[in-house]
Order: sequence, then structure tokens, then C-alpha cells
Amino acid sequence: MRSRLPVVLVLPAVVGLAFLLVPLAGLLVKTPWETLPAQLFSEEVGQALRLSLVCASLATVVCLVLGVPLAWLLARGDLPGRGLLRALVTVPLVLPPVVGGVALLLVLGRRGVAGQYLDQWFGISLPFTTAGVVLAEAFVAMPFLVISVEGALRAADPRYEEAAATLGASRWLTFRRVTLPSVMPGVVAGTVLCWARALGEFGATITFAGNFPGRTTTMPLAVYLALESDPDAAIVLSVVLLFVSVAVLAGLRDRWISA
Amino acid sequence: MKGVLAVAALLLAGCGSPAPATTNGTGVTGQVTVFAAASLTESFRKLGAEFEAANPGVEVTFNFAGSSALAQQINQGAPADVFASAAPANMKQVTDTGAVTAAPATFAKNTLQIAVPKGNPRKVTGLADFAGADLKIALCAEQVPCGAAAKKVFEAAKVTPAPDTLEQDVKAVLTKVSLGEVDAALVYRTDVKAAGDKVEGVDFAEASSAVNDYPVAPLAKAPNAVAAKAFVDYVLSEKGRKVLFEAGFAAP
Repeated sequence: MRSRLPVVLVLPAVVGLAFLLVPLAGLLVKTPWETLPAQLFSEEVGQALRLSLVCASLATVVCLVLGVPLAWLLARGDLPGRGLLRALVTVPLVLPPVVGGVALLLVLGRRGVAGQYLDQWFGISLPFTTAGVVLAEAFVAMPFLVISVEGALRAADPRYEEAAATLGASRWLTFRRVTLPSVMPGVVAGTVLCWARALGEFGATITFAGNFPGRTTTMPLAVYLALESDPDAAIVLSVVLLFVSVAVLAGLRDRWISA
Repeated sequence: MKGVLAVAALLLAGCGSPAPATTNGTGVTGQVTVFAAASLTESFRKLGAEFEAANPGVEVTFNFAGSSALAQQINQGAPADVFASAAPANMKQVTDTGAVTAAPATFAKNTLQIAVPKGNPRKVTGLADFAGADLKIALCAEQVPCGAAAKKVFEAAKVTPAPDTLEQDVKAVLTKVSLGEVDAALVYRTDVKAAGDKVEGVDFAEASSAVNDYPVAPLAKAPNAVAAKAFVDYVLSEKGRKVLFEAGFAAP
């Protein structure tokens, strides 16, 4: 006999689902569908959407390259003050993104602590560039990746790694052939979170990278500015961003989960 | 018994404390919520404090944001008493829906000024400098009032600017100037004044071609209509004018 689903779990679950989905439904109800195609194929929207996808993906790559090793260090490294480090890594999550953007300006801006040398020595100025968008997004999104990968690493059984070590594998080989495959679901989940967060990033981006069409105007910035003059256009833009992100995430999920 | 009396006395005292509010002579009491354009932040805070001092028992709360965002909040039914907008267009958004039925009064005028980092390192002297690609330049996006005003002055000066960023509001532009991330920007004269000594202003002749009127009006559904009217009157009074003038606004 199949046991009944416990009401104490199902009821809050349904309420939770409604809480997440009803605002989306509200957005869809208010969407002026007749203007959607025209908006979708306008040059501005295409440009912003392309820029958003490219920047979020590049930011995710940056996060993977730096974040996975950082998660490994936090989970496996024998560091003094590891608890404190772990807490510090989550700072960008707590920080209002606009403050994150100002912090980035103070460090990497043209007059920033490090940025002034980039400017003087190499002639590189990061604010108001597409690279600046990628940096701002990576700054805000990386904790999502680090936390999920670190969680997976800590839950993984270290005996497999020990076994690999006793068989003579180096730590690098063990990491690549034993550790990483065993925490793959955590890495995938973290990557998805990280990409989604980067795609929706607004505050740090507009503060650090500014807003210029084709260079730094990503979809969330375009939505915000459209809201100033034409709320209907803003809704259409939000719906476009929503559909594209859901499509990308659903597509990737099927591929990864079934593989 | 003594204990009960003490508690009763405390309760009475507690109930009695808001009472003096009704006896300040002006009849203006309670909360008054003012939605005001972001560029009014400093001057209205000061005005609000003076208004509270003149009317004991009144408490003014402000919501400062971009005028268009405020107009939307009001049209969505936000519980406000007074709306002070940085542009007549945003005031029209609320009179169109009937959220404001009284005739808005213009209480101040603002013009643009060139903002440069302290010391003006790139020697910016006028609008013509904004056409150069070698300077880092910040402007407001055209969708917000300061961007629309900037467009007008550039048209009057026949200059095509080469901005590096189009910011979402005037304060964001100022942040970039005060951090030295841009060499020049166009903001309101009052913003340059409010930014302190990290930012310097440079006057230019074409500023007169984009004069921004600031309208104020009480809302039709103001929860505190008496105080709303009193606040609007105070803004328009001689004392209000003085505060606004000190902040860099011109008289209407």
C-alpha cells in the first residue's frame, strides 16, 4: 500500500511553489503580447540579450576556473582560520550589489588601489567596458558556485581519495580522476546557480561597468531603464530574459541529468 | 492594590503621551509622507526638519527616488501625502490618473552644470570637451530627466557627446565623478553643491536652454490632507524658498 503524502510537507510545499510562481504569472498576465515580436527582434533588445548571455557565460567560466579550486581548498586544505575564510567568501552574497560595485571601483577603477597601476602601466581601464561587466557579474555570482561545490566536497567520502593516494596517485591526479567526478552534481548545480545569478545581475554591473548600449547594457539594465519611460516595454524585456534563461537552464539540465 | 494603581497610572501616562500633538495651535499633526525627487534629498531633509520644528507633533517621512519611479508608486496606490517631482512630465503622470487633483505649483528651478573631479584634472571648460573620445564622460540616460535635459543643451550647443556611460540617475553620475572614474559629467547645479568638495562645477552658456521646473502637489487621497497642504504651503513659503536657494535651486 502506498503511504499518503504527509500534509505537513505538502501544504507548505504548495504554498511555497505558489509564492514563487504567482509573481511570474502576474508578469505574464500584464505582458503586452502583441508588441513582443517587434521588441524581440529590435536591434537594441538583440544587442542587450546577446551581451547578457555572453557576459554571464564568461563570468561563469571565470567562476569555475577560480571557484572550484577555492572550494577544494576550503573543503580539503588544512588552513588556519578556515571557518573565517568560509564566511568571508560569502560576503558578496550579503553585500548589496551596488556596494559591491563601489568596492570594485575603489579597487579596480581608474583611481582604484590596484586599478591605477593597471591604467599607468598597461593602459587598461576596466570600468565602462564589457570586461568590467564580466568582472562585476563574477564577483557577485562566484559565492554560489563555491558554496555548492564545497558542500558537495564535504559530503563526499574522502576514503576514495585516500585509496587513490595509497595506489600512488598524485593529489592533482586524484583531484581530476576521483574528486571532481564524485562531486560533479554539486559543480553542475553551482554552475547553474552562478550563471543564473550572473544573468540577472544589475547593481554591481551598473555601478562598476556603467551603462552603454552594446558595450555594457545587459538585459537587467535595459529593463530598469525601460521602466523609467515605458513600463510595458520593461515587462516585455523581462519576459524575454525569463524565457531565454528558463530555456537555457531546462535544456542544459536535461542533457546533464540524463548523461 | 498599590501595584495595580501604579500600572493604571503607567497606562494612563502611556495613553496620554501623544496628546500634546493636538495642542500646537496650528492644527497640523501626525504623520506626513512626502515622495520627493532624488535631487531634493538634501534640501527637503532640511525643509522637513524646519517644518517639524514649526509644527510640533508633526512627523515628516520622506521617500526619495527617481521622479518616474515615484509617480508609478503613487499610481499603484502608495500611501503618500505629497509629491514633489523633478519634472512636470512626471507630475502629469499622476494628475492624468487622478491621483493628484489639486493644481501643482512650481516651487523651484534647476539647471545643469558640468561636474568634474576636484581640481578639474583634464581642464574641462565647456560642452565642446564632451565630444572628445579621449575623455571619460558620464551622462544620465535619456529616459531620466537629467538625461533629457542634457540632450537639450547638447542640441543647443550643436555638440555630439561621446559618453562612456549613461547612468540610471544623477547620483550614480556623481559617484563616478567623485571617485575620479570619469573626467566630466552633466548633472544639476544642486547636485554639484550637495556633493561637497570632491566635485567641482563648471558653468556653461547653454545651460539656460534646459531649465527644469519642479512641481509639488498634495495627493487627492492623502491620508493626512491637512498636513499635506501645510507642507506644500511651507515649501512655497519664503522660508522654504530660502532653503532651496541655499541648495542651489533658482526661484520659480
